[in-house]
Amino acid sequence: MNLTLYVWRQKNADDKGRMEKYEARDINHHMSFLEMLDVVNEGLIQQGTEPIAFDHDCREGICGTCSLMINGRAHGPEMATTVCQLHMRHFKDGDTIYIEPWRARAFPVLKDLVVDRSAFDRIMQAGGFVSINAGGAPDANALPIAKKDADTAMDAAACIGCGACVASCKNASAMLFVAAKVSQFASLPQGHAERKQRVEKMVAQMDREGFGNCTNYYECEAACPKEISVKFIAMMNREYLMATVTR
Amino acid sequence: MTTSQSSVSFTTASVGKKVLMAITGILLIGFLIVHLIGNLQLFVGQEQLNKYAETLQSLGALKWGFRLFMLILAVVHVWKGVVLWLENQRARPVGYRREDTIQASLSSRTMIYTGLLILAFVVYHLLHFTVIATNPEYAQLKDSMGRMDVYSMVITGFSNYFIAAVYLIAMFLLAYHLSHAAESFFQTMGWANEKYLPKLKFLSNVFAIIIFLGYASMPIAVLLNYVTLPGGGF
Ligand code: HEM
Ligand code: FES
Repeated sequence: MNLTLYVWRQKNADDKGRMEKYEARDINHHMSFLEMLDVVNEGLIQQGTEPIAFDHDCREGICGTCSLMINGRAHGPEMATTVCQLHMRHFKDGDTIYIEPWRARAFPVLKDLVVDRSAFDRIMQAGGFVSINAGGAPDANALPIAKKDADTAMDAAACIGCGACVASCKNASAMLFVAAKVSQFASLPQGHAERKQRVEKMVAQMDREGFGNCTNYYECEAACPKEISVKFIAMMNREYLMATVTR
Repeated sequence: MTTSQSSVSFTTASVGKKVLMAITGILLIGFLIVHLIGNLQLFVGQEQLNKYAETLQSLGALKWGFRLFMLILAVVHVWKGVVLWLENQRARPVGYRREDTIQASLSSRTMIYTGLLILAFVVYHLLHFTVIATNPEYAQLKDSMGRMDVYSMVITGFSNYFIAAVYLIAMFLLAYHLSHAAESFFQTMGWANEKYLPKLKFLSNVFAIIIFLGYASMPIAVLLNYVTLPGGGF
């Protein structure tokens, strides 16, 4: 199949950037979206042009590195799919595809389609952990955890931190990401000790990074490749309120 | 972990701002319900509505205390709403060339616009029926007991097609705001989950429709001559 691509090209963080048009020829519909870009890049390299920079790592939908806005949707048209797992069979011969980077003040573009997501790391450093004194690993059965709580924590822990929630949110809010992390720890007994400081610090860091405020659009949930539910946002709001009221 | 990092206070933190909006919003909704029940006495008749209005007016200090409370609610709600919106505009300085929407409802995406239009309406409404500044002739309306004739004022007001249309449009915008607002309240307060959220969305729409029909029934009844001036006019 043949496609017309409009791709965001930007030399570096200071460049203004622009959309550029490329023709993708003889694309096999079994390819993933990233493999399609690899083919386009090989052509560009042969022509002596700078290839399109985009983020990727595992290419199996688990690392959260790939991050493309495709025709206005984070990770493209398929639900619950990272862009590395998106196959070209979901497109038709002759399609025009717009490819843009995640857009948020807190995620500055570094080059082409690559953005700096270290704001997420700083939010995690602010409280997204459980402090444990070093020592032997505790016995697995020493700390019973109800199935319901373990399930909730697992659902929240499915977040791979890709940032699709921020990219798709009309307010560029990071609430779904932060909520997933807060809820994951708050659901488990290990996380209880630092529960109050955790939510306050993570929310404070989120605000400092310049993400927008949540206005309950729920667009993040639809864009999330791991289908993290907005119920976690409600859970975090509750955690935050409890932390404030009982401080 | 040091506590000195938490420089963002509750009222300015993203989550705190939302809680303030939600609490002021739900109290405003409480007012809307009480105000509607009060106003529907239009359908009972002139005596009932004028007596009710007179009772409210005679409350003195309580009345002013209540007005001050409502003013504070409105100021906090509007102020936080505008701040929220401005910050959200700034959070994405460079937008997308192509932007799609999967499930964010139109009502959720237009809250600031419906909100500001409601504000404009509230100002007009207060000038119209409370201060009686836009139609000073209403001030002369007195009933047989010498009370302010609120009943005739409302009917005279809504007999004007233009005024009736303004009220109907404003009530539609209000209902549109509420269809997202009522559900949003529960999510913001942390009382929603995946089981309740779809039900809350539904109930929120039902509530918005009830509020619309309730308030719209008055101008519509006047336009259809279902309620008419006592003795047929001034
Ligand atoms: C009778 C009048 C009003 C009522 C009953 C009302 C009620 C509400 C409620 C319950 C919410 C949801 C709060 C939340 O969960 O965060 C809300 C949101 C909102 N309101 Fe109002 N409101 C009214 C008037 C206004 C006005 C005059 C403005 C003008 C700026 C406004 C602007 C907003 C905005 C921007 C939001 C969105 C916040 C968000 O989506 O997160 N509202 N309103
Ligand atoms: S590259 Fe790892 S999730 Fe897509």
